[in-house]
Amino acid sequence: MIRFENVGLRYGMGPEVLRDITFHLPERSFQFLSGPSGTGKTTLLRLLFMSLKPTRGLITMFGKDRARITRQELPLLRRRIGVVFQDFRLLDHLTTYENVALPLRVRGRDEASYRADVTELLKWVGLGDRMHVLPPVLSGGEKQRAAIARALIEQPRILLADEPTGNVDPLLARRLLRLLIELNRMGTAVVIATHDIGLMEQVDARRMVLSGGRLEIYD
Amino acid sequence: MISRVAKKSGEAGILARRLGAEMRQKAVKTLGRQQAPIVPPDNVAGRAMVLVIAIMTFLSCLTLGAVTLVRDTAATWQTQIAREATIQIKPREDLDIEAALAEARDIALGYNGVRGASIVGKEATARLLEPWLGPDLDIDELPVPRLVIVTIDPAEKPNFTAMRDELAETVPSAALDDHRTWVDRLVTMARTTVTIGIAVLALMLSATALTVIFATRGAMSGNGHVIEVLHFVGAEAPFIARQFRRHFLLSGMRGAAVGGVAAIVVFVAFSWWSSRNVATPEGDQTSALFGNFAIGLSGYLGVGMIVFVIAILTAATTHLTVINYLKRIET
Repeated sequence: MIRFENVGLRYGMGPEVLRDITFHLPERSFQFLSGPSGTGKTTLLRLLFMSLKPTRGLITMFGKDRARITRQELPLLRRRIGVVFQDFRLLDHLTTYENVALPLRVRGRDEASYRADVTELLKWVGLGDRMHVLPPVLSGGEKQRAAIARALIEQPRILLADEPTGNVDPLLARRLLRLLIELNRMGTAVVIATHDIGLMEQVDARRMVLSGGRLEIYD
Repeated sequence: MISRVAKKSGEAGILARRLGAEMRQKAVKTLGRQQAPIVPPDNVAGRAMVLVIAIMTFLSCLTLGAVTLVRDTAATWQTQIAREATIQIKPREDLDIEAALAEARDIALGYNGVRGASIVGKEATARLLEPWLGPDLDIDELPVPRLVIVTIDPAEKPNFTAMRDELAETVPSAALDDHRTWVDRLVTMARTTVTIGIAVLALMLSATALTVIFATRGAMSGNGHVIEVLHFVGAEAPFIARQFRRHFLLSGMRGAAVGGVAAIVVFVAFSWWSSRNVATPEGDQTSALFGNFAIGLSGYLGVGMIVFVIAILTAATTHLTVINYLKRIET
Protein backbone atom coordinates (compact mmCIF):
# COMPACT_ATOMS: atom_id res chain seq x y z
CA MET A 1 0.00 0.00 0.00
CA ILE A 2 2.77 2.44 1.02
CA ARG A 3 6.41 1.82 0.19
CA PHE A 4 9.55 3.82 1.10
CA GLU A 5 12.85 3.07 -0.66
CA ASN A 6 16.08 4.75 0.48
CA VAL A 7 14.20 7.86 1.49
CA GLY A 8 16.17 10.79 2.88
CA LEU A 9 14.98 14.17 4.09
CA ARG A 10 16.70 17.36 5.11
CA TYR A 11 15.22 20.74 6.02
CA GLY A 12 16.80 23.43 3.83
CA MET A 13 20.59 23.15 3.89
CA GLY A 14 20.65 21.38 7.26
CA PRO A 15 21.78 17.82 7.97
CA GLU A 16 19.63 14.85 6.94
CA VAL A 17 16.90 14.27 9.52
CA LEU A 18 15.96 10.92 7.98
CA ARG A 19 18.46 8.67 6.19
CA ASP A 20 17.96 5.66 3.91
CA ILE A 21 14.51 4.85 5.21
CA THR A 22 13.16 1.71 3.60
CA PHE A 23 9.94 -0.08 4.61
CA HIS A 24 6.59 -1.29 3.37
CA LEU A 25 3.21 -0.74 5.02
CA PRO A 26 0.85 -3.49 3.86
CA GLU A 27 -2.95 -3.31 3.97
CA ARG A 28 -4.56 -4.12 7.36
CA SER A 29 -1.16 -3.99 9.12
CA PHE A 30 -0.63 -2.70 12.67
CA GLN A 31 2.67 -1.12 13.73
CA PHE A 32 4.24 1.18 16.25
CA LEU A 33 6.67 3.89 15.21
CA SER A 34 8.92 4.67 18.13
CA GLY A 35 12.20 6.23 19.09
CA PRO A 36 13.47 8.96 21.40
CA SER A 37 12.03 12.45 21.13
CA GLY A 38 13.43 14.49 18.26
CA THR A 39 14.47 11.52 16.12
CA GLY A 40 12.01 12.34 13.34
CA LYS A 41 8.83 10.40 14.16
CA THR A 42 6.59 13.34 13.31
CA THR A 43 8.66 14.06 10.19
CA LEU A 44 8.19 10.47 9.01
CA LEU A 45 4.45 10.75 9.68
CA ARG A 46 4.39 13.98 7.62
CA LEU A 47 6.10 12.12 4.77
CA LEU A 48 3.45 9.38 5.07
CA PHE A 49 0.75 12.04 5.02
CA MET A 50 2.33 13.74 2.00
CA SER A 51 2.67 17.11 3.67
CA LEU A 52 6.44 16.86 3.06
CA LYS A 53 8.38 15.78 0.00
CA PRO A 54 11.52 13.65 0.44
CA THR A 55 14.82 15.14 -0.67
CA ARG A 56 15.86 11.76 -2.08
CA GLY A 57 14.58 8.22 -2.49
CA LEU A 58 11.29 6.83 -3.75
CA ILE A 59 7.92 6.85 -2.01
CA THR A 60 5.01 4.93 -3.52
CA MET A 61 1.59 5.83 -2.15
CA PHE A 62 -1.29 3.56 -3.14
CA GLY A 63 0.61 2.53 -6.25
CA LYS A 64 1.54 6.09 -7.28
CA ASP A 65 4.98 7.66 -7.25
CA ARG A 66 4.90 10.52 -4.70
CA ALA A 67 7.05 12.70 -6.95
CA ARG A 68 4.43 12.49 -9.71
CA ILE A 69 1.42 13.27 -7.54
CA THR A 70 0.11 16.74 -8.47
CA ARG A 71 -1.15 19.35 -6.06
CA GLN A 72 -4.70 18.72 -7.32
CA GLU A 73 -4.46 14.97 -6.67
CA LEU A 74 -3.20 15.38 -3.10
CA PRO A 75 -6.54 16.08 -1.33
CA LEU A 76 -8.14 13.06 -3.03
CA LEU A 77 -5.29 10.74 -1.96
CA ARG A 78 -5.25 12.23 1.54
CA ARG A 79 -8.82 11.11 2.02
CA ARG A 80 -7.48 7.55 2.12
CA ILE A 81 -5.29 8.49 5.09
CA GLY A 82 -6.65 9.40 8.51
CA VAL A 83 -4.42 11.44 10.81
CA VAL A 84 -4.66 11.98 14.54
CA PHE A 85 -2.43 14.89 15.56
CA GLN A 86 -0.61 15.07 18.84
CA ASP A 87 -2.37 18.38 19.60
CA PHE A 88 -5.75 17.10 18.25
CA ARG A 89 -6.27 20.13 15.96
CA LEU A 90 -9.99 20.37 16.61
CA LEU A 91 -11.66 23.63 15.58
CA ASP A 92 -12.85 25.38 18.73
CA HIS A 93 -15.81 27.12 17.10
CA LEU A 94 -17.33 23.84 15.85
CA THR A 95 -19.07 21.25 18.04
CA THR A 96 -17.70 17.73 18.42
CA TYR A 97 -20.24 16.54 15.85
CA GLU A 98 -19.24 19.29 13.38
CA ASN A 99 -15.54 18.59 13.89
CA VAL A 100 -15.99 14.90 13.19
CA ALA A 101 -18.20 15.61 10.17
CA LEU A 102 -15.73 18.17 8.76
CA PRO A 103 -13.97 15.81 6.26
CA LEU A 104 -17.36 14.97 4.73
CA ARG A 105 -18.56 18.57 4.80
CA VAL A 106 -15.49 19.83 2.91
CA ARG A 107 -16.29 17.31 0.18
CA GLY A 108 -19.58 19.12 -0.31
CA ARG A 109 -21.74 16.27 0.96
CA ASP A 110 -25.23 17.01 2.16
CA GLU A 111 -25.53 16.81 5.94
CA ALA A 112 -28.52 14.47 5.83
CA SER A 113 -26.40 11.90 3.99
CA TYR A 114 -23.85 11.52 6.79
CA ARG A 115 -25.69 12.49 9.97
CA ALA A 116 -26.39 8.89 10.98
CA ASP A 117 -22.80 7.75 10.25
CA VAL A 118 -21.26 10.55 12.33
CA THR A 119 -23.63 9.93 15.23
CA GLU A 120 -22.90 6.20 15.14
CA LEU A 121 -19.13 6.78 15.05
CA LEU A 122 -19.30 9.24 17.95
CA LYS A 123 -21.21 6.66 19.97
CA TRP A 124 -18.60 4.04 19.05
CA VAL A 125 -15.77 6.20 20.43
CA GLY A 126 -17.86 6.93 23.54
CA LEU A 127 -18.80 10.54 22.75
CA GLY A 128 -22.50 9.98 22.10
CA ASP A 129 -23.49 12.36 24.86
CA ARG A 130 -20.85 15.00 24.01
CA MET A 131 -21.85 15.49 20.40
CA HIS A 132 -22.99 19.10 20.60
CA VAL A 133 -20.31 20.37 22.93
CA LEU A 134 -17.51 22.71 21.88
CA PRO A 135 -13.93 21.33 22.16
CA PRO A 136 -12.80 23.73 24.94
CA VAL A 137 -15.33 22.01 27.20
CA LEU A 138 -14.02 18.49 26.40
CA SER A 139 -11.40 16.69 28.51
CA GLY A 140 -8.06 15.62 27.00
CA GLY A 141 -9.28 12.05 26.47
CA GLU A 142 -12.52 13.22 24.88
CA LYS A 143 -10.61 15.51 22.53
CA GLN A 144 -8.37 12.60 21.58
CA ARG A 145 -11.37 10.40 20.81
CA ALA A 146 -13.00 13.20 18.82
CA ALA A 147 -9.77 13.54 16.81
CA ILE A 148 -9.71 9.77 16.20
CA ALA A 149 -13.37 9.82 15.11
CA ARG A 150 -12.61 12.68 12.66
CA ALA A 151 -9.72 10.67 11.22
CA LEU A 152 -11.98 7.62 10.77
CA ILE A 153 -15.14 9.19 9.39
CA GLU A 154 -14.05 8.74 5.78
CA GLN A 155 -13.13 5.10 6.41
CA PRO A 156 -9.48 5.60 5.52
CA ARG A 157 -7.26 2.72 4.43
CA ILE A 158 -4.60 3.73 6.93
CA LEU A 159 -4.68 5.64 10.21
CA LEU A 160 -1.64 7.61 11.39
CA ALA A 161 -1.72 8.53 15.07
CA ASP A 162 0.93 10.83 16.54
CA GLU A 163 1.35 10.15 20.27
CA PRO A 164 -2.36 9.31 20.70
CA THR A 165 -1.89 8.48 24.36
CA GLY A 166 0.50 11.32 25.17
CA ASN A 167 -2.05 13.43 27.03
CA VAL A 168 -4.13 10.80 28.80
CA ASP A 169 -3.84 8.59 31.90
CA PRO A 170 -2.78 4.89 31.52
CA LEU A 171 -6.35 3.62 31.86
CA LEU A 172 -7.63 5.82 29.07
CA ALA A 173 -4.51 5.04 27.03
CA ARG A 174 -5.45 1.32 27.17
CA ARG A 175 -9.02 2.13 26.11
CA LEU A 176 -7.76 4.18 23.16
CA LEU A 177 -5.37 1.40 22.17
CA ARG A 178 -8.25 -1.13 22.25
CA LEU A 179 -10.21 1.23 20.01
CA LEU A 180 -7.36 1.32 17.49
CA ILE A 181 -6.92 -2.47 17.61
CA GLU A 182 -10.63 -2.93 16.96
CA LEU A 183 -10.36 -0.54 14.05
CA ASN A 184 -7.44 -2.56 12.66
CA ARG A 185 -9.48 -5.76 12.93
CA MET A 186 -12.12 -4.08 10.80
CA GLY A 187 -9.54 -3.63 8.03
CA THR A 188 -7.74 -0.31 8.52
CA ALA A 189 -3.95 -0.29 8.67
CA VAL A 190 -2.67 1.57 11.76
CA VAL A 191 0.60 3.36 12.50
CA ILE A 192 0.98 4.64 16.04
CA ALA A 193 3.90 6.98 16.71
CA THR A 194 4.77 6.76 20.38
CA HIS A 195 7.65 6.57 22.82
CA ASP A 196 5.45 4.94 25.46
CA ILE A 197 7.08 1.51 25.93
CA GLY A 198 4.28 0.42 28.28
CA LEU A 199 1.76 0.95 25.50
CA MET A 200 3.82 -1.00 22.97
CA GLU A 201 4.19 -3.94 25.33
CA GLN A 202 0.43 -4.40 25.44
CA VAL A 203 0.26 -5.45 21.78
CA ASP A 204 2.35 -7.90 19.83
CA ALA A 205 2.85 -5.74 16.75
CA ARG A 206 5.57 -4.72 14.35
CA ARG A 207 7.86 -2.00 15.75
CA MET A 208 9.57 0.57 13.59
CA VAL A 209 12.27 2.24 15.65
CA LEU A 210 13.88 5.50 14.55
CA SER A 211 17.33 6.25 15.88
CA GLY A 212 19.80 8.84 14.59
CA GLY A 213 17.68 9.36 11.50
CA ARG A 214 17.77 5.66 10.54
CA LEU A 215 14.94 3.15 10.82
CA GLU A 216 15.11 -0.35 12.18
CA ILE A 217 12.19 -2.71 11.93
CA TYR A 218 11.38 -5.47 14.45
CA ASP A 219 8.65 -7.78 13.13
CA MET B 1 -8.24 44.83 41.90
CA ILE B 2 -7.51 44.93 38.17
CA SER B 3 -6.59 41.27 38.09
CA ARG B 4 -9.79 40.45 39.97
CA VAL B 5 -11.82 42.40 37.41
CA ALA B 6 -9.93 40.76 34.55
CA LYS B 7 -10.52 37.35 36.11
CA LYS B 8 -14.20 38.10 36.51
CA SER B 9 -14.51 39.33 32.92
CA GLY B 10 -12.61 36.22 31.74
CA GLU B 11 -15.00 34.01 33.70
CA ALA B 12 -17.92 35.93 32.26
CA GLY B 13 -16.53 35.32 28.75
CA ILE B 14 -16.22 31.58 29.36
CA LEU B 15 -19.70 31.51 30.89
CA ALA B 16 -21.14 33.39 27.92
CA ARG B 17 -19.44 30.97 25.52
CA ARG B 18 -20.74 27.94 27.38
CA LEU B 19 -24.20 29.47 27.55
CA GLY B 20 -23.98 30.13 23.79
CA ALA B 21 -22.98 26.52 23.16
CA GLU B 22 -25.77 25.22 25.41
CA MET B 23 -28.33 27.45 23.71
CA ARG B 24 -27.08 26.25 20.34
CA GLN B 25 -27.32 22.68 21.59
CA LYS B 26 -30.93 23.23 22.70
CA ALA B 27 -31.77 24.99 19.45
CA VAL B 28 -30.23 22.12 17.51
CA LYS B 29 -32.33 19.62 19.42
CA THR B 30 -35.55 21.55 18.98
CA LEU B 31 -35.21 23.16 15.56
CA GLY B 32 -33.04 20.61 13.79
CA ARG B 33 -29.34 20.89 13.06
CA GLN B 34 -27.85 24.14 11.80
CA GLN B 35 -24.13 23.87 11.22
CA ALA B 36 -21.78 26.63 12.26
CA PRO B 37 -19.82 28.26 9.41
CA ILE B 38 -16.43 26.69 8.71
CA VAL B 39 -14.64 30.04 9.03
CA PRO B 40 -14.78 31.16 12.67
CA PRO B 41 -16.55 34.40 13.54
CA ASP B 42 -14.44 37.59 13.58
CA ASN B 43 -11.89 37.86 16.38
CA VAL B 44 -10.30 41.11 17.60
CA ALA B 45 -8.10 41.37 14.48
CA GLY B 46 -11.15 40.76 12.27
CA ARG B 47 -13.15 43.49 13.99
CA ALA B 48 -10.16 45.83 13.79
CA MET B 49 -9.96 45.08 10.06
CA VAL B 50 -13.61 46.06 9.57
CA LEU B 51 -13.02 49.29 11.51
CA VAL B 52 -9.85 50.13 9.55
CA ILE B 53 -11.64 49.47 6.27
CA ALA B 54 -14.55 51.70 7.36
CA ILE B 55 -12.21 54.58 8.32
CA MET B 56 -10.07 54.32 5.18
CA THR B 57 -13.14 54.08 2.93
CA PHE B 58 -14.60 57.14 4.65
CA LEU B 59 -11.41 59.14 4.08
CA SER B 60 -11.08 57.94 0.46
CA CYS B 61 -14.69 58.84 -0.28
CA LEU B 62 -14.22 62.29 1.30
CA THR B 63 -11.12 62.84 -0.86
CA LEU B 64 -12.99 61.69 -3.95
CA GLY B 65 -15.91 63.99 -3.08
CA ALA B 66 -13.56 66.93 -2.52
CA VAL B 67 -11.85 66.34 -5.86
CA THR B 68 -15.25 66.09 -7.61
CA LEU B 69 -16.29 69.34 -5.92
CA VAL B 70 -13.12 71.17 -6.95
CA ARG B 71 -13.38 69.87 -10.51
CA ASP B 72 -17.02 70.94 -10.86
CA THR B 73 -16.41 74.33 -9.26
CA ALA B 74 -13.38 75.00 -11.47
CA ALA B 75 -15.48 74.11 -14.53
CA THR B 76 -18.23 76.50 -13.33
CA TRP B 77 -15.72 79.36 -12.85
CA GLN B 78 -14.41 78.81 -16.37
CA THR B 79 -17.80 78.75 -18.07
CA GLN B 80 -19.13 81.73 -16.09
CA ILE B 81 -16.23 83.94 -17.12
CA ALA B 82 -16.07 82.60 -20.65
CA ARG B 83 -19.79 83.39 -21.01
CA GLU B 84 -19.17 87.12 -21.07
CA ALA B 85 -17.17 89.66 -23.06
CA THR B 86 -16.95 93.42 -22.51
CA ILE B 87 -16.79 96.29 -24.97
CA GLN B 88 -15.23 99.34 -23.39
CA ILE B 89 -15.71 102.74 -25.01
CA LYS B 90 -13.45 105.57 -23.92
CA PRO B 91 -15.03 109.05 -24.08
CA ARG B 92 -13.66 111.61 -26.51
CA GLU B 93 -14.66 115.18 -27.04
CA ASP B 94 -16.07 114.66 -30.51
CA LEU B 95 -17.81 111.40 -29.61
CA ASP B 96 -21.48 110.93 -28.79
CA ILE B 97 -20.94 108.25 -26.20
CA GLU B 98 -24.54 107.03 -26.06
CA ALA B 99 -24.69 106.62 -29.86
CA ALA B 100 -21.34 104.85 -29.82
CA LEU B 101 -22.56 102.48 -27.11
CA ALA B 102 -25.71 101.68 -29.08
CA GLU B 103 -23.67 101.13 -32.24
CA ALA B 104 -21.23 98.85 -30.46
CA ARG B 105 -24.13 96.87 -28.99
CA ASP B 106 -25.74 96.48 -32.41
CA ILE B 107 -22.45 95.33 -33.94
CA ALA B 108 -22.07 92.72 -31.18
CA LEU B 109 -25.63 91.51 -31.61
CA GLY B 110 -25.01 90.96 -35.29
CA TYR B 111 -22.61 88.08 -34.66
CA ASN B 112 -23.50 84.42 -34.34
CA GLY B 113 -22.89 83.07 -30.86
CA VAL B 114 -23.90 86.31 -29.11
CA ARG B 115 -26.93 85.72 -26.96
CA GLY B 116 -27.39 89.28 -25.84
CA ALA B 117 -25.69 92.64 -25.32
CA SER B 118 -26.60 95.31 -22.81
CA ILE B 119 -25.27 98.75 -22.12
CA VAL B 120 -24.21 99.44 -18.56
CA GLY B 121 -26.25 102.52 -17.77
CA LYS B 122 -24.97 105.71 -16.10
CA GLU B 123 -26.36 104.76 -12.67
CA ALA B 124 -24.87 101.29 -12.88
CA THR B 125 -21.49 102.73 -13.89
CA ALA B 126 -21.66 105.19 -11.00
CA ARG B 127 -22.43 102.30 -8.65
CA LEU B 128 -19.43 100.42 -10.00
CA LEU B 129 -17.19 103.38 -9.24
CA GLU B 130 -18.79 104.20 -5.90
CA PRO B 131 -16.23 102.32 -3.76
CA TRP B 132 -13.44 104.51 -5.19
CA LEU B 133 -15.09 107.83 -5.97
CA GLY B 134 -17.85 108.03 -3.38
CA PRO B 135 -21.67 108.19 -3.62
CA ASP B 136 -21.98 111.79 -4.88
CA LEU B 137 -20.31 111.16 -8.20
CA ASP B 138 -21.67 112.99 -11.23
CA ILE B 139 -20.62 110.76 -14.06
CA ASP B 140 -20.98 113.49 -16.70
CA GLU B 141 -18.22 115.53 -15.05
CA LEU B 142 -15.61 112.86 -15.54
CA PRO B 143 -14.37 111.15 -18.71
CA VAL B 144 -15.38 107.71 -17.48
CA PRO B 145 -15.23 104.82 -19.96
CA ARG B 146 -18.56 103.09 -20.55
CA LEU B 147 -19.25 99.39 -20.99
CA VAL B 148 -21.36 97.05 -23.11
CA ILE B 149 -21.73 93.57 -21.61
CA VAL B 150 -21.95 90.91 -24.32
CA THR B 151 -23.39 87.54 -23.30
CA ILE B 152 -21.91 84.63 -25.23
CA ASP B 153 -23.12 81.15 -26.01
CA PRO B 154 -20.31 78.99 -24.52
CA ALA B 155 -21.06 76.23 -27.02
CA GLU B 156 -20.68 78.46 -30.08
CA LYS B 157 -18.31 81.33 -29.49
CA PRO B 158 -18.52 84.38 -31.82
CA ASN B 159 -15.68 85.43 -34.10
CA PHE B 160 -13.95 87.91 -31.75
CA THR B 161 -11.31 88.94 -34.29
CA ALA B 162 -13.92 90.02 -36.83
CA MET B 163 -15.94 91.76 -34.10
CA ARG B 164 -12.81 93.57 -32.88
CA ASP B 165 -11.94 94.73 -36.42
CA GLU B 166 -15.47 95.95 -37.14
CA LEU B 167 -15.60 97.83 -33.82
CA ALA B 168 -12.22 99.46 -34.49
CA GLU B 169 -13.52 100.60 -37.89
CA THR B 170 -16.87 101.92 -36.68
CA VAL B 171 -16.16 103.08 -33.12
CA PRO B 172 -12.40 103.80 -32.96
CA SER B 173 -12.32 104.36 -29.19
CA ALA B 174 -13.95 100.95 -28.47
CA ALA B 175 -11.92 98.06 -27.11
CA LEU B 176 -13.21 94.50 -26.97
CA ASP B 177 -12.09 92.35 -24.04
CA ASP B 178 -13.06 88.68 -24.44
CA HIS B 179 -11.53 87.85 -21.01
CA ARG B 180 -9.18 85.39 -22.75
CA THR B 181 -6.28 86.22 -20.42
CA TRP B 182 -8.48 85.62 -17.38
CA VAL B 183 -9.99 82.45 -18.80
CA ASP B 184 -6.56 81.08 -19.71
CA ARG B 185 -5.27 81.76 -16.21
CA LEU B 186 -8.34 80.23 -14.64
CA VAL B 187 -8.11 77.17 -16.88
CA THR B 188 -4.48 76.70 -15.86
CA MET B 189 -5.34 77.19 -12.18
CA ALA B 190 -8.33 74.87 -12.35
CA ARG B 191 -6.33 72.19 -14.15
CA THR B 192 -3.52 72.46 -11.58
CA THR B 193 -6.03 72.22 -8.72
CA VAL B 194 -7.74 69.18 -10.24
CA THR B 195 -4.35 67.53 -10.98
CA ILE B 196 -3.25 68.07 -7.37
CA GLY B 197 -6.62 66.71 -6.22
CA ILE B 198 -6.25 63.62 -8.40
CA ALA B 199 -2.69 63.09 -7.11
CA VAL B 200 -3.96 63.34 -3.50
CA LEU B 201 -6.79 60.93 -4.36
CA ALA B 202 -4.31 58.48 -5.93
CA LEU B 203 -2.14 58.63 -2.78
CA MET B 204 -5.19 58.19 -0.58
CA LEU B 205 -6.42 55.21 -2.60
CA SER B 206 -2.94 53.63 -2.54
CA ALA B 207 -2.75 54.11 1.24
CA THR B 208 -6.24 52.62 1.57
CA ALA B 209 -5.33 49.63 -0.61
CA LEU B 210 -2.16 48.95 1.41
CA THR B 211 -3.95 49.39 4.74
CA VAL B 212 -6.76 47.07 3.63
CA ILE B 213 -4.23 44.46 2.47
CA PHE B 214 -2.28 44.54 5.75
CA ALA B 215 -5.41 44.62 7.92
CA THR B 216 -6.80 41.61 6.02
CA ARG B 217 -3.53 39.73 6.35
CA GLY B 218 -3.49 40.55 10.06
CA ALA B 219 -7.03 39.23 10.45
CA MET B 220 -6.16 36.14 8.40
CA SER B 221 -3.05 35.33 10.44
CA GLY B 222 -5.29 34.17 13.31
CA ASN B 223 -6.92 31.62 10.99
CA GLY B 224 -3.79 29.65 10.09
CA HIS B 225 -4.85 26.67 12.19
CA VAL B 226 -8.26 26.54 10.47
CA ILE B 227 -6.63 26.50 7.01
CA GLU B 228 -4.27 23.78 8.20
CA VAL B 229 -7.03 21.59 9.63
CA LEU B 230 -9.17 21.97 6.50
CA HIS B 231 -6.15 21.08 4.39
CA PHE B 232 -5.37 17.99 6.46
CA VAL B 233 -8.95 16.71 6.41
CA GLY B 234 -8.73 16.66 2.61
CA ALA B 235 -10.31 19.98 1.60
CA GLU B 236 -9.18 21.16 -1.82
CA ALA B 237 -7.43 24.53 -2.06
CA PRO B 238 -10.26 26.22 -4.05
CA PHE B 239 -12.78 25.12 -1.40
CA ILE B 240 -10.71 26.56 1.47
CA ALA B 241 -10.03 29.78 -0.46
CA ARG B 242 -13.75 30.11 -1.30
CA GLN B 243 -14.81 29.78 2.34
CA PHE B 244 -12.42 32.51 3.54
CA ARG B 245 -12.99 34.72 0.50
CA ARG B 246 -16.74 34.75 1.08
CA HIS B 247 -16.33 35.51 4.78
CA PHE B 248 -13.84 38.34 4.27
CA LEU B 249 -15.71 39.74 1.25
CA LEU B 250 -18.73 40.22 3.51
CA SER B 251 -16.59 41.72 6.31
CA GLY B 252 -14.84 44.05 3.85
CA MET B 253 -18.14 45.04 2.29
CA ARG B 254 -19.60 45.76 5.72
CA GLY B 255 -16.69 48.04 6.68
CA ALA B 256 -16.54 49.74 3.28
CA ALA B 257 -20.31 50.31 3.22
CA VAL B 258 -20.21 51.92 6.67
CA GLY B 259 -17.36 54.25 5.55
CA GLY B 260 -19.07 55.06 2.23
CA VAL B 261 -22.45 55.78 3.83
CA ALA B 262 -20.77 57.99 6.47
CA ALA B 263 -19.08 59.99 3.67
CA ILE B 264 -22.39 60.36 1.81
CA VAL B 265 -24.05 61.55 5.03
CA VAL B 266 -21.31 64.19 5.39
CA PHE B 267 -21.87 65.42 1.82
CA VAL B 268 -25.65 65.46 2.17
CA ALA B 269 -25.31 67.34 5.47
CA PHE B 270 -22.99 69.97 3.89
CA SER B 271 -25.25 70.27 0.88
CA TRP B 272 -28.26 70.79 3.16
CA TRP B 273 -26.35 73.34 5.25
CA SER B 274 -25.24 75.31 2.19
CA SER B 275 -28.78 75.27 0.74
CA ARG B 276 -30.13 76.64 4.03
CA ASN B 277 -27.55 79.43 4.06
CA VAL B 278 -28.04 80.63 0.49
CA ALA B 279 -28.87 84.22 1.36
CA THR B 280 -26.44 84.63 4.27
CA PRO B 281 -22.95 86.18 3.89
CA GLU B 282 -21.13 83.02 5.07
CA GLY B 283 -23.26 80.87 2.78
CA ASP B 284 -22.51 83.12 -0.18
CA GLN B 285 -18.79 83.05 0.60
CA THR B 286 -18.78 79.26 0.82
CA SER B 287 -20.86 78.75 -2.29
CA ALA B 288 -18.67 81.24 -4.19
CA LEU B 289 -15.68 79.06 -3.35
CA PHE B 290 -17.10 75.54 -3.41
CA GLY B 291 -20.32 75.74 -5.34
CA ASN B 292 -23.36 74.18 -3.65
CA PHE B 293 -21.46 71.28 -2.04
CA ALA B 294 -23.37 68.71 -4.08
CA ILE B 295 -21.02 65.99 -5.36
CA GLY B 296 -23.52 64.95 -8.04
CA LEU B 297 -24.29 61.54 -9.48
CA SER B 298 -20.68 60.91 -10.56
CA GLY B 299 -19.54 61.56 -6.96
CA TYR B 300 -22.05 59.08 -5.54
CA LEU B 301 -21.13 56.54 -8.21
CA GLY B 302 -17.47 57.05 -7.28
CA VAL B 303 -18.26 56.35 -3.62
CA GLY B 304 -20.10 53.17 -4.68
CA MET B 305 -17.12 52.17 -6.82
CA ILE B 306 -14.66 52.70 -3.91
CA VAL B 307 -16.83 50.53 -1.62
CA PHE B 308 -16.99 47.81 -4.29
CA VAL B 309 -13.24 47.92 -5.06
CA ILE B 310 -12.29 47.76 -1.34
CA ALA B 311 -14.56 44.75 -0.78
CA ILE B 312 -13.03 43.01 -3.83
CA LEU B 313 -9.53 43.92 -2.61
CA THR B 314 -10.26 42.33 0.78
CA ALA B 315 -11.52 39.15 -0.89
CA ALA B 316 -8.55 39.02 -3.29
CA THR B 317 -6.05 39.49 -0.43
CA THR B 318 -7.76 36.71 1.51
CA HIS B 319 -7.63 34.41 -1.51
CA LEU B 320 -3.90 35.03 -2.06
CA THR B 321 -3.14 34.64 1.66
CA VAL B 322 -4.92 31.27 1.78
CA ILE B 323 -3.21 30.01 -1.39
CA ASN B 324 0.23 31.17 -0.14
CA TYR B 325 -0.39 29.58 3.25
CA LEU B 326 -1.35 26.29 1.61
CA LYS B 327 1.75 26.39 -0.59
CA ARG B 328 3.87 26.94 2.51
CA ILE B 329 2.46 23.95 4.40
CA GLU B 330 2.70 21.73 1.31
CA THR B 331 6.50 21.88 1.16
